Amino acid sequence: MSGSPPSEWQYVAGAYTVVFVTVLLWIAIVAAKLQRLQRQLAELVEKARVRDG
Amino acid sequence: MTPRLKLPVLAACSTGLLGLALALVFFYAPTDADQGFSQRIFYFHVPIALTSYACFGWGAWKALRYLRTRDERADTESYVAIHQGVMFGALTLVTGSIWAKASWGVWWSWSENQLVLFLVLFLFYCAYFMLRFSVEPGSARANMSAVYALFGVVLIPVSFLAIRLSQKFIHPVVFNSHGPQMAGSQFLTFCVALAAVLALFATLYQVELAGKRIDAHLRELRELLT
Amino acid sequence: MSYVADVGALARKDLLLELRAKETLPSMLLFVVAALAIFHFALPRGAGDTAALGLLWSALIFTALLGLTRAFVAEREQSMFDALVLAPCDRSAIWLAKALAVLAFLAAAEVVALPAFAAFFSGIGGRTIAAVALADVGIAAVGTLFGAMAVAGRARELLLPLLFLPMAIPIVVGGVGGYLWFLVLYDAIFVILAWATFEYVVAEI
Repeated sequence: MSGSPPSEWQYVAGAYTVVFVTVLLWIAIVAAKLQRLQRQLAELVEKARVRDG
Repeated sequence: MTPRLKLPVLAACSTGLLGLALALVFFYAPTDADQGFSQRIFYFHVPIALTSYACFGWGAWKALRYLRTRDERADTESYVAIHQGVMFGALTLVTGSIWAKASWGVWWSWSENQLVLFLVLFLFYCAYFMLRFSVEPGSARANMSAVYALFGVVLIPVSFLAIRLSQKFIHPVVFNSHGPQMAGSQFLTFCVALAAVLALFATLYQVELAGKRIDAHLRELRELLT
Repeated sequence: MSYVADVGALARKDLLLELRAKETLPSMLLFVVAALAIFHFALPRGAGDTAALGLLWSALIFTALLGLTRAFVAEREQSMFDALVLAPCDRSAIWLAKALAVLAFLAAAEVVALPAFAAFFSGIGGRTIAAVALADVGIAAVGTLFGAMAVAGRARELLLPLLFLPMAIPIVVGGVGGYLWFLVLYDAIFVILAWATFEYVVAEI
């Protein structure tokens, strides 16, 4: 790694990395939310089954 | 195109465009004569900023629709758009800051009108969320959020004007920000990147909306079953 | 004509309440003078007139916030919002009346603040006085609307500064720079917007 001030390409890489990581983070949050929704849906399906069955 | 196809198509488009944009930025666009390699940040920094404006504008439009129609969906759409806008706005500030550091060696510059404008807007729209958290969900909250969103979109040009005026007594304008006209190849790269980021917003927006809709349906279902 | 009468009645109510309670205005007066004193110590030696002017505007904005925070508290505490909203008047009249009352408070506070500033720092020109007057209109218009929003939520006193300060930035720029035309523009735009949207803000508090 270069010790002294980062060279130009490292700034550019840094900027693009930030954007990329942010989008990835957002995807992770959505994935977590989807898991929660799936779990809730499964619970409700159970409840409906119990009710009808 | 049926609603079910819309999201995958949108996602595919934005992935394609983003890939193309990245390729153009790093393999096609020439190195800028004035600003060197770090100018390439600009190819995403400005589209992200423009997309942020688009988000706030879209959010304000949906807010207006809500006030007219009282349809709760419009409130959700407005909220999601503004939420995305703040996300892109934060990215604008971060990438702009990195660009400032790469170009001029400072992490922040009050002379950069766009950065300062985004700071003001960021403060304004973060307060939007504070407002929403502070009020119980319901029509009162939706009304207030909508009015606030309208104020925000009007504030954008007013603030921009104010910031330009303020440059005269804040700081002598030292740095030359965007340089002369872009060359053809640069402009093409910029346009593709703009399309890519807008497509990304559209995709994220639809995904988030879908999530919220499912949430609402599940809640309704739970009430019906218990 | 009845619209004007409504506005007059509501505004008079606010002013009379304050005359009796004597809470808000004295606090504002004390606050602005104290703030100016603090700012004197905050200014380094040799700072120019423009720097001092900037601090005047900061003091005015924060004093206005103080007044605005109090503006709707009375209604909230006595659940008068429902009564007001049911009253057979145009809801924007509520906004106009409240904004006029706030304007009166601001003007009263500035009658003290501006001479204090002139004494502590340097003289005030006619342009600054005009700018302050114009800014007051914008502050009253926007602050009243956001005050109503803030009061509806949980975090009241915390929320109003967050909502209001970003909107105050252009006012400060117009004031410090002396751009009277810009302040007129700001006022025109946001008075109209606030007047048009207030009924939605109090629709269901």
